[in-house]
Amino acid sequence: MQTAVPALAGSPAATSTPVRVSAAAPAYDDGAVRLFTLAAVLWGVVGMAVGVLIAAQLTWPELNFGVPWLSYGRLRPLHTNAVIFAFGGCALMASSLYVVQRTSQVRLFLPKLAAFVFWGWQAVIVAAAITLPLGYTQGKEYAELEWPIDILITIVWVAYAIVFFGTIGIRKVRHIYVANWFFGAFILTVALLHLVNSAAIPVGPWKSYSAYAGVQDAMIQWWYGHNAVGFFLTAGFLGMMYYFIPKQAERPVYSYRLSIVHFWALIFTYMWAGPHHLHYTALPDWVQSVGMVFSLVLLAPSWGGMINGIMTLSGAWHKLRDDPILKFLIVALSFYGMATFEGPLMSIKTVNALSHYTDWTIGHVHAGALGWVGLISMGTLYYLVPRMVGRKAMYSVPAIELHFWIATIGIVLYIAAMWMAGVMQGLMWRDVHPDGTLVYSFVESVKATFPFYLIRFVGGLLYLAGMLLMAWNVVMTMRTGNAPVKQAPASPLVASSAAAA
Amino acid sequence: MEVLYLLIPFSVLLVLALLALFNWALQADQFADLQREGERILTDIGAGVDADQIAN
Repeated sequence: MQTAVPALAGSPAATSTPVRVSAAAPAYDDGAVRLFTLAAVLWGVVGMAVGVLIAAQLTWPELNFGVPWLSYGRLRPLHTNAVIFAFGGCALMASSLYVVQRTSQVRLFLPKLAAFVFWGWQAVIVAAAITLPLGYTQGKEYAELEWPIDILITIVWVAYAIVFFGTIGIRKVRHIYVANWFFGAFILTVALLHLVNSAAIPVGPWKSYSAYAGVQDAMIQWWYGHNAVGFFLTAGFLGMMYYFIPKQAERPVYSYRLSIVHFWALIFTYMWAGPHHLHYTALPDWVQSVGMVFSLVLLAPSWGGMINGIMTLSGAWHKLRDDPILKFLIVALSFYGMATFEGPLMSIKTVNALSHYTDWTIGHVHAGALGWVGLISMGTLYYLVPRMVGRKAMYSVPAIELHFWIATIGIVLYIAAMWMAGVMQGLMWRDVHPDGTLVYSFVESVKATFPFYLIRFVGGLLYLAGMLLMAWNVVMTMRTGNAPVKQAPASPLVASSAAAA
Repeated sequence: MEVLYLLIPFSVLLVLALLALFNWALQADQFADLQREGERILTDIGAGVDADQIAN
């Protein structure tokens, strides 16, 4: 293997090519990783801002302004698509393409295809941001995008799978690190879910009908919906967790053996939790019960993984006090534990009879989304940004600390408000007089929810403020310090990568 | 619930595929020396970044 010569200060070469690549290190293909990292920050700001707007609309309906494309019904899917698929998706793609190269000790398979994945995914996001406010929707939750965009998603996703699994295929390390198993399960399962649930008959350029009807469609939709939670919002981010927590803590996973058990247990048991979204509907009762049982079983692998991740800090708890990035990553896991305890609880039919259709569900989703997915992504992005723009650290570390506290307080306000609102709504809706008539009309429960919507809005605003602080920190990190070296030094790196390949 | 005739065979096929994959992982010694594999990411040599992003 060719040695890339470190340029010494004062040597003639230093002015043009200050290379500091260690001798045996393959220079990785981080072009797409860098773009996805920065895009995740941008879409995080956009998606969360739309979330705060619709939270305000629920509090003060006047904020719909009577404009159709600013109405809650159209902006809500824009919010969910932006935070899940734009923010979360870009963070997942950035981290998976980063991790797979490091753990496989090899450059990306087809880096130009990775660039296509980036631009294709951005095209999907922009198409969603245009069509959803215009009212084009398939009407399926988390799968709203119309059929032309669905086809684009399929093409981009296949390209992503080729890059990821191709890189695994040419790996230099025989063992496939556990994070890659989680990323791989996420990529394959999302492909399957998307193909089955988005099957539709187009009747025009922006209109289609689902291939399924009635309760069949509902079953397919929530088979998709809950497995999207399991594989997009859980497995993918667990891949992130199993790489970036050990790296940031500079300690191996507490029990690597348990992490492998976690993986296989999770993927073998996940697929049938979906029917718990359809308790007390036209879905056959036994299917609902199957969904409930599988949801309860999921508690075991989820908590095994959560404890394994947190215990990685065993013997080095002081790092949690000193390192704000670790705070993000570890507190994310505690919210993962909370959400994966609450989820099985809410899937129990008697509990669901109270919680279903109330804001408790919204609180549960955001414990997972803001607490788990959001915080683990932010911690990962804080790890990646300096490395991707050629800096040693973020511009302001105290700003990371501040972001952590603002975000955490925001989450607590958000979920506590929604818990109270949800239980209150459930109790009001089921309250009957001795003669069987309802004690409260629906609008009375809406009115009683107002203060909780206000608290939720404040919580969301805090969370958005943290994200804006992060965006500022990222911009300052890029702008200050020495500008990154633009010109690739020709010979040593090419030679070393050729030798590696 | 005709759709279950689609979803249940899907699940069965998926579980069989996962079993095959698990079997491959066992045969390919993926679980041979887990202690070392867990620590490898900390000692890896992959600190390099793209040539245009070298830390200053």
